[in-house]
Amino acid sequence: MKDVTYYPGCSLHGTAREYDESFRGVSELLGVNLHELEDWTCCGSTSAHCTDEALAVALPVRNLTIAAKYDREMVIPCVACYSRFKAAAEEAKEHPEYLLSPYEGKVSLRYALDFFCDKPMIEDLKSKKIKPLSGLKVACYYGCLAVRPPKLTGVKLYENPDHMDRLMELLGAEAVDWSYKTDCCGASLVMTRTDIVTNLSQKILGMAIEAGADCIVTGCTMCHANLDTRQAGLTVEGEKREIPVFYFTELMGLAMEHKDVKQWLGRHITDPIKLLSNKGLL
Amino acid sequence: MNLNEAPSKTNNSFLEDVIKASNVNIQACYQCQKCSAGCPVVSAMDIMPNQVVRQIQYGRREKVLSSKTIWICASCHTCSVRCPNDIDIAKVMDTLRHISLKSGLKAGEGEIPIFHSVFLDSIKATGRIHELSLILRFKLKTRDFLKDAALGWEMFRRGKIKILPQSFTGGRDIKGIFRAYEKGRGI
Repeated sequence: MKDVTYYPGCSLHGTAREYDESFRGVSELLGVNLHELEDWTCCGSTSAHCTDEALAVALPVRNLTIAAKYDREMVIPCVACYSRFKAAAEEAKEHPEYLLSPYEGKVSLRYALDFFCDKPMIEDLKSKKIKPLSGLKVACYYGCLAVRPPKLTGVKLYENPDHMDRLMELLGAEAVDWSYKTDCCGASLVMTRTDIVTNLSQKILGMAIEAGADCIVTGCTMCHANLDTRQAGLTVEGEKREIPVFYFTELMGLAMEHKDVKQWLGRHITDPIKLLSNKGLL
Repeated sequence: MNLNEAPSKTNNSFLEDVIKASNVNIQACYQCQKCSAGCPVVSAMDIMPNQVVRQIQYGRREKVLSSKTIWICASCHTCSVRCPNDIDIAKVMDTLRHISLKSGLKAGEGEIPIFHSVFLDSIKATGRIHELSLILRFKLKTRDFLKDAALGWEMFRRGKIKILPQSFTGGRDIKGIFRAYEKGRGI
């Protein structure tokens, strides 16, 4: 049993509920004991760092101060939260004046995808009984913050990452090569400049289809929301198309035959169940 | 290297302000335009990222601070990662937004800063973002009630929209953080 602190963040308690459910489900199957951070609050997200530097540091650090009480690493599935935590932890060293109380804790922060791609977790996964995702072609979509900026993420192949691809291949899926792995979907602009997000998302969706993928896999709540919900009017070579978008934890759960997979997938806007039934995977 | 060194032009306080607030060496730019070439949202901008850097060097405060560009930037960090001179343009964009909000100039993209302010009000009120309240608060400001209403219903049907906010006990800390921020901004 491995004990970690779990920071869900606001989205995982709302629109990204299936990410929370599948993350918890997969963690349990892999013997990871999640301790949800008590009394956690919002990291401030895009709005804080676009508004005020001190606010963008103080909001995540409030949570880090609580997490520092425990000798555990903190795993964060929402990559937008993760990025804010990593940035704030760095900034807090240089700008203690931004904080109400000093932050001295050295809480080790892990993004859920990186956590599951780590060697010990991969070994644990290999030791489990896996029903291979045979015949499923996936386009691994990392988005921005899972890889950039590399000085925060520590990802070496930040222009052409492959760690999610390798994880998917371990589950028996085929990861297709494509060139939009780290292109931006427009993220939070969806609320204000929906036109930009629809345009960017449909470029990404179209490229995945052209690359021969049956589905897209991501580990970002904003990417998932944008790609899953902005498919109306999507055409590839003049033909109307759609493509399901999974959280990587959902496909891990599917391969490990978690009992709740159907419930997670039932929350998607673009139906993923038909694809999996056709492939004989569900 | 002294980043705060006086620029070549006299009285270029805008350049000084941006360098001081961002700690980014804007003067290293040689206009290769790699930032703009890789920017996913450049087509919606009124001045391109490389031009933003140049305009800061020229001290054109109002043009930069009232541009659409600083709000359209989605903080994807592609420009910063690819800049051959290690100029953290994404960080400069953050700094420009901060200065713009304090400047009293009209924002080039009205709704985006309104969204951010509603988002922060939501954190102040409930500690965590309750998405339904956030969207309703934002719609009350923009009066665009129909946008994505059908999508909202589809999400609700699938259990993705919570009706009530979660209980929250960190109010004192959050109020303290926001008090410090509001004091800093002279509110």
